[in-house]
Amino acid sequence: MNEVLVYIELQNEKIADVSLELLGKAQDLAKKTSAKCGAILIGNNIKNHHEILFQYGADTIYSTEDLSLKNYAPLPYTKTVCEIVEKSKPQIVLYGATVNGRDLAPRIASKLKVGLTADCTELQIGDYQKKKKGEIKNYKNILYQIRPAFGGNIIATIVSPDHRPQMATVRPGVMKVKKNDKTNSGKVVNIKTDIPQELLITEIIKTIKIEKNVDLNASSIIVAGGMGVGSKENFKLIHKLAKTLGGIVGASRAAVDANFINADHQIGQTGTTVQPKLYIAVGISGQIQHIAGMSNSNRIIAINTDKDAPIFQIANYGIVGDFNDVIPKLIKTFKTLKK
Amino acid sequence: MSYNIIVLAKQVPDTKNITGDAMKPDGTVNRIALPTIFNPEDLNALEEALKIKDEYGAKITVLTMGPPSAAEVLRQSLFRGADDVILLSDRKFAAADTLATSYVLSLAIKKIGKFDLIIGGRQAIDGDTAQVGPQTAEKLKVNQATCVNDIVELTNDSITVNRNTDHGSETIKTKLPILLTITAEANTPRPPSVKKTLTYKNALSLIEKNDYDEEYLKSNKKPFVIKNWDHKDINAKTERCGLTGSPTQVKKIENIVLETGNFKNIENSASGIKNLISELMSEHIIG
Ligand SMILES: Cc1cc2nc3c(=O)[nH]c(=O)nc-3n(C[C@H](O)[C@H](O)[C@H](O)COP(=O)(O)OP(=O)(O)OC[C@H]3O[C@@H](n4cnc5c(N)ncnc54)[C@H](O)[C@@H]3O)c2cc1C
Ligand SMILES: Nc1ncnc2c1ncn2[C@@H]1O[C@H](COP(=O)(O)O)[C@@H](O)[C@H]1O
Repeated sequence: MNEVLVYIELQNEKIADVSLELLGKAQDLAKKTSAKCGAILIGNNIKNHHEILFQYGADTIYSTEDLSLKNYAPLPYTKTVCEIVEKSKPQIVLYGATVNGRDLAPRIASKLKVGLTADCTELQIGDYQKKKKGEIKNYKNILYQIRPAFGGNIIATIVSPDHRPQMATVRPGVMKVKKNDKTNSGKVVNIKTDIPQELLITEIIKTIKIEKNVDLNASSIIVAGGMGVGSKENFKLIHKLAKTLGGIVGASRAAVDANFINADHQIGQTGTTVQPKLYIAVGISGQIQHIAGMSNSNRIIAINTDKDAPIFQIANYGIVGDFNDVIPKLIKTFKTLKK
Repeated sequence: MSYNIIVLAKQVPDTKNITGDAMKPDGTVNRIALPTIFNPEDLNALEEALKIKDEYGAKITVLTMGPPSAAEVLRQSLFRGADDVILLSDRKFAAADTLATSYVLSLAIKKIGKFDLIIGGRQAIDGDTAQVGPQTAEKLKVNQATCVNDIVELTNDSITVNRNTDHGSETIKTKLPILLTITAEANTPRPPSVKKTLTYKNALSLIEKNDYDEEYLKSNKKPFVIKNWDHKDINAKTERCGLTGSPTQVKKIENIVLETGNFKNIENSASGIKNLISELMSEHIIG
C-alpha cells in the first residue's frame, strides 16, 4: 500500500510543532492501511532535521535541498512538493493548517487536481459507499477528513474517494505527538529540483516576530475563565488558582471580548486548541465553539452556577456553585493537602 | 497608471448568527432559515480594490459564482463603486467544492483577459476553507499573497504587501500580476453610496428576471443587466464543474453530540472539594 506523507513545515529553521503532531497521526493512518509513514522535507540546509523526523515516526524522508527554497514562497514550493508527490505517489498527504500550510496545500491540490479538506480536527480510516445513478461503488480504507463547518455548528466528514493523494490540512494542537526514542535513522530519498528564475519573484523584505505572551500548550494544567467571571478584577481569582496549581490561564471568547483578558489566552475554534491533563472551566457555559478547542483535555472540571450549563455534559467533575465561593476553597484545600 | 482589478466575492449564509431554527433536528443546516450576506472578508477585498481605484484609478470587475440570487452581492458591489459585475450561474456549477469553484473562476478570469490584481477574501464563512484564492491563482499560473492585512506599496509592475504569519507578520515584495487574499484587519469597508444605489438599485441579471413579476420589470425603465455567464460562455468542461468536478464529497454531517464522560457531581462543600483534590493528587494530575 502507498505511503502516508506529512509535509514538514519549517518556521524560523525549526520544525513546526504541528508537523510532528501530524507524524504521530500519520503513523496510525499508515498502520490501518498497512502502509509506511513518510515526511516531505524541503528547504536549504535541512539535513539536521532528519534525526528528529525519524524519531517522531517517519520511515522515509523525501527531501529536496536547494538554495532557492531557503524561505517559503508559494511558486517554488508548489513546484517542488508536486514533484515529490508525483514521484512517491502517496495515498495521503497531510499539511499543518498554519498560515503557510493553508497557502501551499490548495495550490498543490489545484495543480494535481485532487481534493483537499481544510482545517481538519480529526482523521480516520474507514470504508465508503457511493451511490450514483443507481450504481453502488464500494471503497475500502478511505481517509475520513473530519472538520467543524458552518461556524462550528456541525461536524462534517469529507472523503475524496476517487483521487490520489487524499489531502487535508490539520489544525495545530489537536493530534498527539508520538516520540519513538529507539529509531533515529531511516531511509532518505533525495529528489533534485530545477527551479526557473521566473518562479523566484517573492522577496521577503521584513519579518516581524510577535512573541505571544502565553503558550497555552506549555502547561499540563489550564484554568480558564469565561463571561461568568464577570470582570477583569474578578479574573485575579482565576490567575491565583492557576498559579497555585502551576497552571496557565485560558479564557472563552466572551471573556476576551469583554476585555477581562487579552486574546492570546482564548481557547476554542477561533483561538488555540489545547489538550492539557486538567482543564478547569470557570463561568464558561460550554458553547460548541469553546468546546471545540478543549474537549480533548484529559480531565475537565466545570464550575458554574447554572446546573444545566452545557459544559457539564463534557465535564468529568462538575461543581454547581459560585466561583467566588468555590475557588478559594479549592486553593485552601490544595495547599493543606500538599503539605 | 490605471489598474485592472478583479474582485472575487461570494454570497454566504450568515453562519455567525445561527439561531435555533437554522439547524434541523437531524443536525443538518436549514439553509432556507439562514439569511444570506456578502461574505465579510470579500467586502474587505472590494474595499482594497476601491482604495486603489481612488488613489490611482482602476477598472474593478466583481465576479461571483452562485445561484441567481447571488446577483445581490454584485448589486452591493455596484453600490460601492465596482465598474463591471459578472454572475457565474449555471445548474452545472451547483454543489462545487473549492477545486471546481476555482476552475470556473479561473476560466471566467481568462475570458475577462487583462488583469493586474485579483483580490479575494481570506476565507468564506460558510466553509472557512481559504482555498479558492490559491487554487484559482495556481490555475492562472500567477503568484499569490494570502492573509494580506496591508498593501504597502503599488507601482506599475510590483507590489509590496504585509501579510500575517503564525508568529507575527512579514512584508513581501513581488511582481504583478498577483492574486491577494485580504483579512478583516486590512480596512473598514465603506457603506454603499446613496447616488450609486439609486443608479443601480434595479440592476438585474437575466436569470433573475424569472423571480420578478411583469409589473416590476415593466416599471423600471431600463434595468441594468448584470452579465450572466454559464459553462458555455467560459468554455468550461461540464465534468470539471459543480458536483461532478468536485473530488471531495460530504460523507456525513453530524450535529455536535457532547460526549458525557464519566461525570461526577462534586458537592460544593469542604468534604466534596477535599475528595476531588485528593483524587486528582493521587492520580498525579495535580500536585
Ligand atoms: C464563528 C464563531 C467562532 C467562535 N469561536 C470561539 C472560540 O474560539 N472560543 C470561545 O470561547 N468562543 C467562541 N465563540 C463564541 C461562543 O459561541 C460563545 O459565545 C462563548 O464561548 C461564550 O463564552 P462564555 O461561556 O464565557 O460566556 P456565556 O455563554 O455568557 O457563559 C457564562 C457562564 O457563566 C456562568 N456563571 C455566571 N456567573 C457565575 C458565577 N458567579 N460562578 C460560576 N459561573 C457563573 C453562567 O451560568 C454561564 O454558563 C465563537 C462564536 C462563533 C460564532
Ligand atoms: N463562489 C465564489 N464566487 C466568487 N468568489 C469566491 C467563491 N468562492 C470563494 N470565493 C473567493 O475565495 C475566497 C475564499 O473562499 P473559501 O475558499 O471558500 O474560504 C472568498 O473569500 C472569495 O473571495
